[in-house]
Amino acid sequence: MYVYDEYDQRIVEERVKQFRDQTRRYLAGELSGEEFRPLRLQNGLYIQRYAPMLRVAVPYGLLNTKQVRKLAQIARDYDKGYAHVSTRQNFQFNWPDLEDVPDILAELATVQMHAIQTSGNCIRNTTTDQFAGVAADEIIDPRPWCEIIRQWSTFHPEFAHLPRKFKIAVNGAKRDRAAIEVHDIGLEAVRNEAGELGFRVLVGGGQGRTPYVGAFINEFLPWQHLLTYLEAILRVYNRYGRRDNKFKARIKILVKALGEQVFAEKVEAEWAYLKDGPNTLIEAEIERVSKFFVDPAYETLQDQSDALARLDAEHPGFARWRSRNTFAHKKPGYVAVTLSLKPTGTAPGDITDKQLDAAADLADRYSFGELRTSHTQNIILADVRQDQLFTLWGELREQGFATPNVGLLTDMICCPGGDFCSLANAKSIPVAESIQRRFDDLDYLFDIGEIDLNISGCMNACGHHHVGHIGILGVDKKGEEFYQVSLGGYAGRDASLAKILGPSFAQDDMPDVIEKIIAVYVEQRTEDERFIDTYRRVGIEPFKERVYAKNH
Amino acid sequence: MQRIIKGRQVVNDNWHLLPKETAFEDVPNSDSVIVPANLWLEHGHALTLRDGGLGVWLDSDEEPESIADALEHFQVIAINFPAFTDGRGFSYARLLRERFGYKGELRAIGDVLQDQLFFMQRCGFDAYAIRADRDPETALAGLDDFTVTYQAAADQPQPLFRRRLA
Repeated sequence: MYVYDEYDQRIVEERVKQFRDQTRRYLAGELSGEEFRPLRLQNGLYIQRYAPMLRVAVPYGLLNTKQVRKLAQIARDYDKGYAHVSTRQNFQFNWPDLEDVPDILAELATVQMHAIQTSGNCIRNTTTDQFAGVAADEIIDPRPWCEIIRQWSTFHPEFAHLPRKFKIAVNGAKRDRAAIEVHDIGLEAVRNEAGELGFRVLVGGGQGRTPYVGAFINEFLPWQHLLTYLEAILRVYNRYGRRDNKFKARIKILVKALGEQVFAEKVEAEWAYLKDGPNTLIEAEIERVSKFFVDPAYETLQDQSDALARLDAEHPGFARWRSRNTFAHKKPGYVAVTLSLKPTGTAPGDITDKQLDAAADLADRYSFGELRTSHTQNIILADVRQDQLFTLWGELREQGFATPNVGLLTDMICCPGGDFCSLANAKSIPVAESIQRRFDDLDYLFDIGEIDLNISGCMNACGHHHVGHIGILGVDKKGEEFYQVSLGGYAGRDASLAKILGPSFAQDDMPDVIEKIIAVYVEQRTEDERFIDTYRRVGIEPFKERVYAKNH
Repeated sequence: MQRIIKGRQVVNDNWHLLPKETAFEDVPNSDSVIVPANLWLEHGHALTLRDGGLGVWLDSDEEPESIADALEHFQVIAINFPAFTDGRGFSYARLLRERFGYKGELRAIGDVLQDQLFFMQRCGFDAYAIRADRDPETALAGLDDFTVTYQAAADQPQPLFRRRLA
């Protein structure tokens, strides 16, 4: 993974110093709350329902074990012994004291980490495929490009106060595991007929209260021009994005208002000035950054299909886990393993300090000392030897990481909701838990198969409910919490947004509602049809009829 | 007299900033004035015939393109930040410096605070009228928040990835 040089290190250290002074001035009354707010947000610091929440950047989801141990220590020393993996691959601490935040940032800087631009109206953490670099269907490794974008976007002086937050995602594979179509900018690596590398550029996707699937405005942007083109998009947005209404301030609203054609023309016109300027990328920089993402010292191994199949037969639990929580690797004899952070009874994405230490330890012993976070709020060991998989499984079970539910109904994306977040209209974690409890039968869960159930506690959609096959949205009705259900969202290639099923439900009814929806699917599906396929074939009506049937 | 940051120090300011609704007849002949953009657009030629110094100011919704062909007439261009979170002025400054080649004083006015100065400087500002209730001497520190920058901008024509090679 990328290693800071003296420049990168100096920037995070100077940031710590700057934020320490800003915090001091706020506490001394020299900065008003209103003035401090954008400053602390651009350092990932929210003032939450009970305490501040600090969001630590995990650039494109990549971590080494030193960093993970530091996160564990921070969870122990400054928090209540746990942390939370967010849907932007970042880590969140829910209970730090405001006064401690500069010290926490100083600790993070010692392991090349920071909280820069993890919130606020600026360019946020660039995200990508959690299997980057190991996926068999990869066209290019997106990580060097993410790092180049990270550096370009870090303290970009022109884009420090955009109309609203700005999220970029990069996909380098055939399948889109990074949900790029619902980002402000989505970049997809492509090769032209001559075999040259470029990017397909999408703009104006997003979730929040007005969800859109974005539009591709450039089918082939040669890689050299990536930063100048991004700069052109951002400049058009910075100048013309709405600032009068924060609910209409995202770039998607501007793209819709102008029309994607006109927006694209404005970008082209701006780019004409910037193209071939000093921000044009050069081979030497791509090489420099790419060197940090070369393959680890893989051994020459054979796939262990037969041996693993024998273990499957002897240990049904292993077979079950392996079928869900492992992912095919590009190298023979290796496999990527997902550590599920979704056992029933734990808030989705939560992880304790002990588990963090344990995960670091496992990564050192099984996976070249690196870990990843996913936007689905799990942790990945990307480079595990297949002949060590069974032993690893045993260790994962001891640590509570082996819930065999990756991609299944109980592997939900869920925001912190009303239990923590002051924006939320409703709680989300208890709803997730009540559904997990209802579907605790593993055979049934496996029979239902792949399904994305996403829960957001308010229309800001941090829980990605618009792109869940089943989406749940917490709404407030005259001071009471209700839940709106939608169906048919999809975050992958050819993304789609979920449609609202009908009137919302009380919290206690939610497990029944989900059970009815699943029952319709099980009855209607043809063999091998996933929930989303059945939904797309039969439409929303059968689900509506069952859920709202009077004579129940 | 207002004190502003200019050339990295706090100095007395001799310029008069004229409000948007100023009528042409009310523009003094000999003082140094910064006129609102609309006044310039209507009375440009006449304004150049005055004896006093001439500057122009843009509000955050007034585009720098509107004055781009007249830059030689201005000793000062001021850009207003109605709120420090309104970042349009950052783009305007870069355009004036990098695209239109403006070399005179570029001044940030309005809700101008210490914690935005570093970015403003990078975008090409060289003068800052700090909000009246804040001390410009204290705010000076903001110009030195960072010693390393990744991007090319008005203050640094080469991005770090090119400088790293050197």
